[in-house]
Amino acid sequence: MRKFFDHISRVSGAVITVHATGVGFDDLAVLETKRGASLAQVIRLEGDEVTLQVFSGTQGVSTVDRVRFLGHPMEVPFSDNLLGRILDGAGRPRDGRVALQDAPIPVGGPSVNPWVRRLPDKMVRTGIPMIDVFNTLVESQKIPIFAPAGEPYNALLGRIGLQAEADVIILGGIGLRHDDYLMFRNLFASRGVKSRTVMVVHTASEPTVEALLVPDLSLAIAEAYARKNKRVLVLLTDMTAFSDALKEVAITMEQIPSNRGYPGDLYSQLAKRYEKAVDLEDAGSITVLAVTTMPGDDVTHPVPDNTGYITEGQFYLRGGRIEPFGSLSRLKQRVNGATRDDHRAIMDGCIQLYSGYLETMEKRSMGFEMSAWDGKLLKYGKLFESRIMDLKVDISLEKALDLCWEILAGCFEPRETGIKRELIAAHWPKVRGA
Amino acid sequence: MNVEDGKLITVFGNLVTAWVSHFAMLNSVAYCERPDGVKLLSEVVRIRGNEVDLQVFEDTRGLRVGCRVHFTREMLSVSLGPGLLGQVFDGLQNPLPQLAKQAGNFLTCGTYIEALPSKRKWHFSPTAAVGAKLSAGETVGIVDEGIFKHHIMIPFQMMGEWTLSQLAKEGEFTTQDEIGMLENRAGVRHPLSLQQKWPVKVPLAIGKERLLPFEPLVTRVRILDTLFPIVKGGTYCIPGPFGAGKTVLQQITSRHAEIDVVVVAACGERAGEVVELLREFPELTDPRTGSSLMERTVIICNTSSMPVAAREASVYTAVTIAEYYRQMALNVLLLADSTSRWAQALRELSGRLEEIPGEEAFPAYLESRIANFYERAGCLKLKDGRVGSVTIGGTVSPAGGSFEEPVTQGTLKVVGAFHGLSRARSDARKFPAIDPLLSWSTYQGIIENSKTATAMALLKKGDEIRQMMAVVGEEGTSTADFVTMLKADLFDSVYLQQNAFEVVDSSSQRERQQTVFDVLLTFIRTPLRVDDKAQARQAIFEAMDLFRHWNHQPFGSDEFAAAMRDVDAFIERQHSVEAMDA
Ligand SMILES: Nc1ncnc2c1ncn2[C@@H]1O[C@H](COP(=O)(O)OP(=O)(O)OP(=O)(O)O)[C@@H](O)[C@H]1O
Ligand SMILES: [Mg+2]
Repeated sequence: MRKFFDHISRVSGAVITVHATGVGFDDLAVLETKRGASLAQVIRLEGDEVTLQVFSGTQGVSTVDRVRFLGHPMEVPFSDNLLGRILDGAGRPRDGRVALQDAPIPVGGPSVNPWVRRLPDKMVRTGIPMIDVFNTLVESQKIPIFAPAGEPYNALLGRIGLQAEADVIILGGIGLRHDDYLMFRNLFASRGVKSRTVMVVHTASEPTVEALLVPDLSLAIAEAYARKNKRVLVLLTDMTAFSDALKEVAITMEQIPSNRGYPGDLYSQLAKRYEKAVDLEDAGSITVLAVTTMPGDDVTHPVPDNTGYITEGQFYLRGGRIEPFGSLSRLKQRVNGATRDDHRAIMDGCIQLYSGYLETMEKRSMGFEMSAWDGKLLKYGKLFESRIMDLKVDISLEKALDLCWEILAGCFEPRETGIKRELIAAHWPKVRGA
Repeated sequence: MNVEDGKLITVFGNLVTAWVSHFAMLNSVAYCERPDGVKLLSEVVRIRGNEVDLQVFEDTRGLRVGCRVHFTREMLSVSLGPGLLGQVFDGLQNPLPQLAKQAGNFLTCGTYIEALPSKRKWHFSPTAAVGAKLSAGETVGIVDEGIFKHHIMIPFQMMGEWTLSQLAKEGEFTTQDEIGMLENRAGVRHPLSLQQKWPVKVPLAIGKERLLPFEPLVTRVRILDTLFPIVKGGTYCIPGPFGAGKTVLQQITSRHAEIDVVVVAACGERAGEVVELLREFPELTDPRTGSSLMERTVIICNTSSMPVAAREASVYTAVTIAEYYRQMALNVLLLADSTSRWAQALRELSGRLEEIPGEEAFPAYLESRIANFYERAGCLKLKDGRVGSVTIGGTVSPAGGSFEEPVTQGTLKVVGAFHGLSRARSDARKFPAIDPLLSWSTYQGIIENSKTATAMALLKKGDEIRQMMAVVGEEGTSTADFVTMLKADLFDSVYLQQNAFEVVDSSSQRERQQTVFDVLLTFIRTPLRVDDKAQARQAIFEAMDLFRHWNHQPFGSDEFAAAMRDVDAFIERQHSVEAMDA
């Protein structure tokens, strides 16, 4: 397969068309231009016209540049030597070290047969009470952090990555700001977790289309580790940037957009990636924690909307806190029955009271009278926000549950909490806290 | 073999075009052969001269221009016969457990497996007499399939009248064995076996006539059976934003519905949700039959990461299997989650075909496709006079949660009941999050309309008062209005809401609903004995507690009776003194 084709008939957006034969759909090619070589992928075959998306963009491409087809779809060399490495969106080293020479694994392979999936049943501890107590993260879950611009979502993602008990952590950076890239790199280097981390990073300054491969590369590597019995945590940020790259290619291909310019297959494209999260009956697992920034803080925007339909819940990050309403871990009931006997009761009780607090706040802002009950709720809400909801809080699930009891006891009479009598008897603090 | 060959000339995602010399048939099955010899199942979707467009039901990675395409003269079909119940298929009726056995953890392209177990022997008892004149759909014998008498019928595709010239005696047969012979006047002979095929996109309804559906289908979900009922042979839809509870509602329906057979079509949704069914159903017993729930269930599973074209086929596979059991005079419930994913598959294909798009890029024929699908539901009087039914309930996942979108709107035009889920209710953890002020049903349920009208009026009034109160505050609301609002809250909270994860409360049978509803009606009509709002709140809290406690006692138990007496006593106490307000 050393054949070159140099009849480029069309260059538009990140897409070129070249005359060639014997090319497979989805195959990779190398486009050689004066600026250097760039990876490209076949996205359409029409007679002898082959349309490719060029990952590093088409600036400066001329009709006499050459295309060499590799005869296979995207793949990435894989072995344990990958740990500690940093790749770019095309799978090349971006850490200045030599490229891996190990046997490659295919990227973007088929999905797991639903029949061989295990029912998820292991909690992933994060040290964040709003997750551990109220919306427990579960091994093999796929869950995004929904955040408007400006929220500290990458810091949160990094923190969960470090604290979660995973054998391998894979960071997929899509359209990452360079500062955030450095933040992640330092974070994973400094805490000695480097030996179990792989980073696949595309930064905002790089060609948009190169972002397209990051989730697939990250998940292919994750899958390879999961097959080797590893518990893998994949962090993807930002999937909105990924969707925007899809949009860009779709528009160049003159596809009719379905909603605000996004292609009609956005759901399928996102699902294909998120559904890689899995707990295998006879091997390891993949947990996917992603960031989806919400343009205009609008959850009905096509990207968060389609994501919500795919993932197993979502964490809403707003005002530097994980919102108790709107946030949902759909798998929590699979694990929170077996943690501690008071876990579910605290989870429901504290949130109901907090919602009472919000109602009271609203009444107060309307200028309505405050009752004694309102007074209790106000006190409780403030304490709950500062001691539990604040993202700075970093304590174990058990400590967090104890703290919740302490706050409740500092504000209410036992029966006002609506919690079952037996649990009150077992857990209500003897000395009043707070 | 009836096979013609063509050559690929274009590949674009899952849409490919082949060049053929003469023969092509719309909706026929073809196989695109990859250079490595793997053959990918495809379906003809458009013919333009010698150019034939096909949708490929697999990943098209690796296909090339010039690859061979093998055409058949068959339409995409499913196998029908004993052994369907309890199975888990992909959208093209490949059994997933066997696929896993053959291909391992991952779904590999080009592996197709016979849907019905071919080695298993079934006990066949003939019921027709040799020499009998029969036509399509008439029964020649019976096979025991778990809890059902599975009818072996004259193949549905056989036109005209046939004479049964041979029929096997009672005995054990596989689906491959010949069990009889048909002959027509022209002397054409046709062998019979336990199985037959039917093209999925053609409705299967062979009988005397379609009947108007009227018999309530009891789902044991109170808000449905009481306020927005469905009937055997009817249709309904469940639109709602993500996380509002569509899947959970369908799952509890698939468990508790009082129906013979349930076909679950997991169409383009999460694989994990299907795994829950797969692992849990075999462990659950159906209280009505004492057997495992799996014995009345067929699962069609084409989840979101599986090929999109197969997703489009999966709902048809599911409805055809449902129709097949209807031909045996059974009542079948088809639950499709989510029809929006199927519509999106249509949209993806239509986009690649470069058809002129309609709203939100959906094809112009979206509405008629939706209508045709739901029209396959219905009550059918069979040739022997017995009646079977297919009920279809589909979820809709509207973009942005807004019901003003093509799939929801197209569905609302054709269904008999609408169970709209609201974000506000699911956020408030009021499950099932069906909005009672938005939803409707055109069917008659298990409780008379005159009674349900009272409840609906209360809910409306309660909502008005609450909206008013948001403006004028509690101070500005009369105690009478306040009480009405609290009563509406109570009705919502103890009757309309039902926790899917509570053992007793999640399933409420017909008699139980009728009993509880009558008591609630009395409660609603009884003026409360209170002087002010604080007392009203206290009284309602007390009543709520009593009703909730009652909800958690098994129907017919002593505890149930005791809890009912407590509620009655509460109501009695209100009567014992002159009412304070109207
Ligand atoms: N009847 C119910 N009782 C208790 N909890 C429920 C009920 N219905 C839904 N829930 C809760 O809501 C969550 C989401 O429900 P579900 O998965 O059915 O949503 P959905 O509408 O199917 O969402 P999507 O469109 O994303 O698939 C569940 O995980 C569960 O926690
Ligand atoms: Mg769902």
